[in-house]
Amino acid sequence: MTDATQQPDRVRSQWWDIWDQFKTHRGAVIGLGFLIFITLFVLLGPLLWQVDPGKLDIRNKDMRPIYTILWDSEAKVSWAKPLGSDNLGRDILANLMQGGRISMAVGWTAMLLSVILGTLIGVLAGYFKRLDGLLMRFTDLVLALPLLPLLLVMMLLFRDSLRATFGPENGIFILIVVAIGITSWMQTARIVRGDVLALKEREFVLAARSIGTPSRRMITRHILPNVLSPIMVSATLGLATAIITESALSFLGLGFPSDFPTWGKILFDSVDRMTNYPERVIWPGLCISLTVLAVNYIGDGLRDALDPRIRGQ
Amino acid sequence: MLDDTNAKPLVSVRDLKMHFPIHAGLLRRRVGEVKAVDGVSFDVMEGETLGLVGESGCGKSTCGRAVLRLYDITAGEISIDGVEIGQMDQSRLRSKRPTMQMVFQDPQASLNPRMPVRDIIQEPLDEHTNLSLSEKREKVLELMDAVGLNRKFATRFPHAFSGGQRQRIGIARALALNPKFIVCDEPIAALDVSIQAQVVNLLEDLQEKLGLTYLFISHDLSMVRHIATRVAVMYLGRIVELAPREALYAEPLHPYTKALLSAVPEPNPALAQKQRVVLTGDVPSPSNPPKGCNFCTRCPVVQDICRTDDPETREVQPGRFVACHFVTPETTTTADPTAGPRSQELNQQGEET
Repeated sequence: MTDATQQPDRVRSQWWDIWDQFKTHRGAVIGLGFLIFITLFVLLGPLLWQVDPGKLDIRNKDMRPIYTILWDSEAKVSWAKPLGSDNLGRDILANLMQGGRISMAVGWTAMLLSVILGTLIGVLAGYFKRLDGLLMRFTDLVLALPLLPLLLVMMLLFRDSLRATFGPENGIFILIVVAIGITSWMQTARIVRGDVLALKEREFVLAARSIGTPSRRMITRHILPNVLSPIMVSATLGLATAIITESALSFLGLGFPSDFPTWGKILFDSVDRMTNYPERVIWPGLCISLTVLAVNYIGDGLRDALDPRIRGQ
Repeated sequence: MLDDTNAKPLVSVRDLKMHFPIHAGLLRRRVGEVKAVDGVSFDVMEGETLGLVGESGCGKSTCGRAVLRLYDITAGEISIDGVEIGQMDQSRLRSKRPTMQMVFQDPQASLNPRMPVRDIIQEPLDEHTNLSLSEKREKVLELMDAVGLNRKFATRFPHAFSGGQRQRIGIARALALNPKFIVCDEPIAALDVSIQAQVVNLLEDLQEKLGLTYLFISHDLSMVRHIATRVAVMYLGRIVELAPREALYAEPLHPYTKALLSAVPEPNPALAQKQRVVLTGDVPSPSNPPKGCNFCTRCPVVQDICRTDDPETREVQPGRFVACHFVTPETTTTADPTAGPRSQELNQQGEET
């Protein structure tokens, strides 16, 4: 204590502390493990399991998963189709991988878009009093719109022009991501605005003002790090909502084209044969729910890890 | 320090008003205003400590913040180091910020919980200097030495410190830009007594070493007596009495000051005064102050004139300003043996020139 020449604690990146804290959250670690697994499954899976997910094979339609043989020796199974095939003979495992790619891509991009939009609007409304009324009434306006009809109208209006510009797959991807993104930022915006309003009156913001910190750096240095927790929570919830909204759109026939699998689409395609072939619902359903659950846990762990007050206790 | 003729004012505040609007009703119409600070004038001489005391809610903190232009003031003039900043816009004011800094009341709330101490102290340097990162880091460590913080703690976060240490971090941040004037907004109110003494002694040492000027806001009269050169007493947004410390504590002139000082506990029972001036009633709302003298609703010696006329602040003795109808130069010259009529005349002349 008395030695004035002592240097600060060894310079260790803050990220290591965050990782140490993150590791103590068991759910988050399991969630992270599963997320890595499912990401590798959808990204690298198709390289190992080289079956075209769209290939029709009518002769081998309605195959049961290989494990059905354990209790039903009569079942129509084959090692060539480990998770069975659907009513058109398409391989379900290959479809799960291909569908996962789309679902995850849609989920992550739409979530990022909605979180960025929501944070931006929330921070601006909370920090700048002049913008508050305008931006929040706009938020109320979007919140009051019935979402699904709005999405349907957007699909009908823009689908063809976007398809023409970016190609059928990219066009519909952009359309779905943007549609989900701009219809789900409102909750984030409201939560963030509330937090910013409270933070703005804290003394450390006043202290920064007495130093002469301009608004831009005030927001990035003092406001944003302190609203990270609610943003993180709404981001994890947002990913779930995005995947589910995409499923709903596909179900209504306004999502991706029919030969373009996503988890939601596989699920909804199989709903009417659910009693005979429960595995066709269970597998994509499990993929969606476990991914969402994993991301929720990761968000939980990250929120704790990023808070220096919890960290190191 | 009591001899004000040599010192020139570093900070001079004239008729400062800070009114906060009250909006109510469906249309959020402006229905009134809270007159938190309502016409305050004082000077702070270079190198002195002006204590600002008063009960809770009398506008002390608002006054301190308004002087630093953390608020856009309603009216009045503030000049710091010869520069008028009262109506200057915030972007131009930014270049003036290094001269004036603030130490906050709650050391817990005044430090960003997500920034390590090093970054907190470094923030003023980031904003106002062009030093390289290593120079800034070195300066931060020097500042931590200056306020008595271990250099090892530079990478820790505020929650890992005790109240007194946090207040030292706040002081280090205020010192980073070598300011001339520091507003200490109840810097010791949130600390326990043993730590209070440490922090006040630190503030005094720094004043001596760096030649700082303080506006020391507090409701702790004994602490103000210890640190202040002159003391201003505030009541309901006004300064009712402004006097050198010794004179004020020896012989308060304004009835409110008398009541306030009689409330200070005396540790020695033999010296404890028999009679206390006990005020009745509550402080009136600053949104609806009484007509006439602000203190007329609670004053023990109130007269009819107090309820109609607002007393002006007069210099009743050299260097002593009182806002009361019944405290005049005539009434005090007989009461106070130390201030003869001759010295008073001289000072009044001196003030006019």
